[in-house]
Order: sequence, then C-alpha cells, then structure tokens
Amino acid sequence: MNERMKKLVTCLLLLSAAASPAFAQLRLTITSGVTDPIPIAVVPFGRAVPADGGLDVAQVIQRDLESTGRFKGMARTDMVFTPTTAAEVDAAGWKQQRNDYVVVGRVSAQPGGQVRIDAELVNVLTGQRIAGPSSVAQPASLRFAAHRIADALYEKIIGVKGAFATRIAYVSVDGKPPSQRYELYVADSDGANRVRIAASPMPIMSPAWSPDGEWLAYVSFERRVSAIFVQHRRSGKKTMVSARAGINGAPSYSPDGKKLAITLSGSNGNLDIYLLELASGKLTRLTDDPGIDTEAVFAPDGNSVYFTSDRSGAPQVYRQALGSSERPRRITFTGGYNARPRISPDGKQLALLTLNDGGYRIGVQDLTNGTLQVLSKGRLEESPSFAPNGAMLIFAGRERGQGVLQTVSVDGQTSARLDADAGEVREPVWGPFLP
Amino acid sequence: MTILATTTGVQMKNLVLIAVVLATLTLLGACKSKPPEQPPAPPAPTSDTSGVEDPNASVDDTASMGPSGELLSKRIIYFDFDRADIRADSQSVLAAHAAYLTRSPEQKVRLEGHADERGSREYNIGLGERRGQAVRRALALQGVAESQLSTVSYGEERPAAVGSDEQSYGQNRRVEIVYLK
Repeated sequence: MNERMKKLVTCLLLLSAAASPAFAQLRLTITSGVTDPIPIAVVPFGRAVPADGGLDVAQVIQRDLESTGRFKGMARTDMVFTPTTAAEVDAAGWKQQRNDYVVVGRVSAQPGGQVRIDAELVNVLTGQRIAGPSSVAQPASLRFAAHRIADALYEKIIGVKGAFATRIAYVSVDGKPPSQRYELYVADSDGANRVRIAASPMPIMSPAWSPDGEWLAYVSFERRVSAIFVQHRRSGKKTMVSARAGINGAPSYSPDGKKLAITLSGSNGNLDIYLLELASGKLTRLTDDPGIDTEAVFAPDGNSVYFTSDRSGAPQVYRQALGSSERPRRITFTGGYNARPRISPDGKQLALLTLNDGGYRIGVQDLTNGTLQVLSKGRLEESPSFAPNGAMLIFAGRERGQGVLQTVSVDGQTSARLDADAGEVREPVWGPFLP
Repeated sequence: MTILATTTGVQMKNLVLIAVVLATLTLLGACKSKPPEQPPAPPAPTSDTSGVEDPNASVDDTASMGPSGELLSKRIIYFDFDRADIRADSQSVLAAHAAYLTRSPEQKVRLEGHADERGSREYNIGLGERRGQAVRRALALQGVAESQLSTVSYGEERPAAVGSDEQSYGQNRRVEIVYLK
C-alpha cells in the first residue's frame, strides 16, 4: 500500500470512529478481590424467547456479583444440571461442586409486552430455599431489571443492599490540546447503556446528580467562560442556572433537590461558597474568606456543608453548619493536601483526595474519630464518589497515562477498573438508588 | 494541514481523496474556522436551551489577534508550582502589553488562567483564577483600565502539554493573554 492509500485508510477509519455512537465504551476488570470469595452458581435462566431480546440475564447477575470482588461465579461448563426453579435444585450435588449458593430463575413474557424476571436463591450449605426477588420491566429495560435482581440477591447474602441498579455519570475527553472534545455521559453502574448528555469543544466538568436521579448539574465552558447548567437526564431539557461574572463552579445538590451549593468568584476572583435556590434563583452567600473556598457538598441530613478551603495556606476540608453564624470548622488534619470532600450516605465517613507519600490518592476519614485511611495507590487520582449503599467508592485514576475510572470498597479490600476503549474518562459520580 | 499539502498538485482522480480528507478534517473539528470573536454574552440568571451542543463545533482561535513585536507576540506568562506571583522573567513582557493597552484604550484582553493536573479539578480552577488575577493586577498597576481586562480560569481542563512530568507541568501553569476583537 502506498503512502497516499495509507492516509486514505487512516482517514476513513477516523471518519468511521468519529461517526460511531460506541465511543469511549467502558469495560470492567476486577483488580483485587477478597481472599476468600463466596462461591456461587448462577445457572442460565429459563428464557422467554424472543421477549428477552437475547439478553443473558444470569450472566448480567453473575458479573454484577463478581464485580464486587466478593463472589466467584461457577463456570457454566462445570454445571451438570441447569435447573430453573429452586425445587429442582439438588443442594447436595451443588455443594459437592464447592458452591455455597445457587441462583436459578426464569424470564417470562407478561401481558402488555412487559418482561418479568423471577429468581430464587438456594443456600446449598443449609439447603434453605430463599424466596427470590422478581422484577418486571419493558423489554428495553431488561438489563436494568437484572441489576435489580442482583441488588436483592447481594442483600440476601451480604446483608447490604447492592448498588448495581444505579447509574454513574462521567466526563470523557478525546483529542490532543488544543483541539479536545469534552462529553458528559450517563451509564449503568457496570458501564453499559451509555447515553451522551452533553458535548462541547470547550471543557465540561463537575457533574452532580439530583437526589432523585432525574437531573444532572454540571459546569460547561461552552460560552468560553464557565456557567452552571442543570439538565434533565431523559428529555435533555437544559437550563443555565448561573453565569455570573468570574467562576461558576462545583455544583452540588441539597438532599431535598431544591438548592445547589455552588462556587462563585465574582469579577475580583475570590472563590466562595453560595447556595442557589433553583426555583426562585435566590442566592445566599455561605462563606466569606480571601482564600479559595470550593467543592461544597451537603451532609445527608442537609444541616451542614463540607467544602475545600486553603484559608490555612493549603487545601483542607471544612464544615459549615447551615443556619448558624459559627465560623467553619476544620475537619482534616492528616497531611498537607485534603480536597474534594464527599460524605457517605450514613453521614459518618468523609471521602476525599489526599496527598499521601507523594501521590494524590483517595482516602476515607472516619468523622467520629478522625482516622484517615488511604484506599488507593496511584499518583494522580481524584474525584471520589460514594455508591448509594455506602459500600464502594468510584474515582478517577490513571492507567498508562490515560484517565480511567476505578472502584474500591470502603474497607479497601476489593477494587475494579472501568477502562474506556477510546479517549480518557474522568470525574465519575455515582447516582442515587432509583425508585 | 500536512495531509492536504501532500495531496495538492496531483491528478484529477485524487480530488476524491482530497474531498475525503477535507470531510474528515472538518468532521473531526481539526479544520479550525475563525469566526469573529464574540465577547461573552451578558450574564443572564436563567435561559432555556434544548438539546445537546454540536460536538463537532470548533473552538474559535484568537491566537493571531492583537499586536506584533518581539515582546508583544509573547502572550503566555508562566508560573512556579503552587504560586501565583509574577516571575522576574515575565516583567518585560507584561510591561510591553501594559504599554500597548494604555495606548489602545479600546482594546480588550482576556486573561486565561491555567493550572497543572495535580490535585482536584475545582480547586485548580481556583488556582488558575488566582494567576489570572495576578496578571490583571500587574497590568492595572501599570495603567491599564479595569474595563479592558477580564479573566477566566480553565484550571487543569485545557492543558498546553499532556505529559505527567515537570516539563509539561511547567508549560501548563500559565496565563494566556488573549486579545479580543
């Protein structure tokens, strides 16, 4: 092939890549699990063909459970029988094959075009048959319904609700400076069903979920200067809620969804935290300090706001009680750099970005005793976000110089990585439990 | 544009190839158009826009705007790690811009502050703003009217160099002086 032909082929490949909707798809890899994962057999489900659209529901459930690093699924090639009801499960036989649990189930077509999943869990050590969860969905949402089944199974075995039937939002960046392309995506917690929310040749950053999972707030520089937008996830309806002089940044929803905590600088460049009432546009100043105050997040009870401030000379996390004239109280004291606070759903733990042993890493500080545990080992990590069950964190890390998403359990025992097949992914935020 | 240069002056059948290359460049946004620079719209409390921005729209390029000259063509002020004070090696460049701007009171500039990639993104927006404000104060002290100056911080979002090394970091900790039409 001569040089010109090579260029033509390259151009066509680029052309098809740019036109492809499957850009920056995420792929999950377990990077560390518990030393003794629970052996479980998720038997292929009885199927309603073609109502299930060819989706392997049992495989989605098995992958969800394995993604936590706490389960080891039995290979299908080792399964001698493939029962679809608990009554058909020969507990002793599965136990002999070193399983602790067996999951069986069925997908059935419902009147009105819906699809139903029924699952049953058998503890083969005790022989106990645990009445299984079921989930009804439109065929297009069957995968999400399978995540709901996995959530219920996880809770029956571990005692904590799973967070598989949830969504993440993240920013994807492609291209080399100065011609970069910024996109905001929403995907299922396992990276599937990715939907583009926004795209711009100028930076998009700091996505934040509304408590009901219906809206996203984010910062976009599409007007060359920063502005905060809120956008409805499904309809795409988008409203610019702050485009004041200077910085408009770091939006974060209040637990009732009615307010945003935001960072504004005004034209004099002094960053402080404000509360913006979404319905009325009413703005209330929360902090007033010559240092950088930013990255505010509400405590789950809505009574206080945690934020980053360098008023002491370096960034540290502070807490400001709402409806009180008290000065903000400093929360972090371990290390010279603590930023981007996020609070666990139970309000007891603080996830943050901490400078540790020369690396910017993800830490979790116990808010009752102040102990900080560093959970990651990289050099350039950032943006921790709690899963709604409080058991995992998702954050941005690096792999071979590219931004990837990573998850880690709050006890540090298990971790996984979500790689993009193209470009860089960053700023993951885990959405809420959905009704 | 290198690809285009290698395909000019060839036979007619290669026009097809040129068309494909052009289409590709346009699609990827690699072909920058230079629409006239619009000053940012006045801040509005709210405004509804529907849909998603055109992902292939290109960013306007203002690099060729403004005065020329040995010092005036230097438009980037660099900073030390975690610092926002103007280094001695930037004073003469800033003085030249200040002199030009005081002579041209109608000319406006936008000071675009940037940070390196270390640390959290929103905090780095703050650091970039601090640097932009430092340049703004330096120009104002030398007689430039406040109305000629605006700042924007891109934090670590628009790096000049992509490496995770000290050399790239040094190139990224900067304020770009952008002359507006």
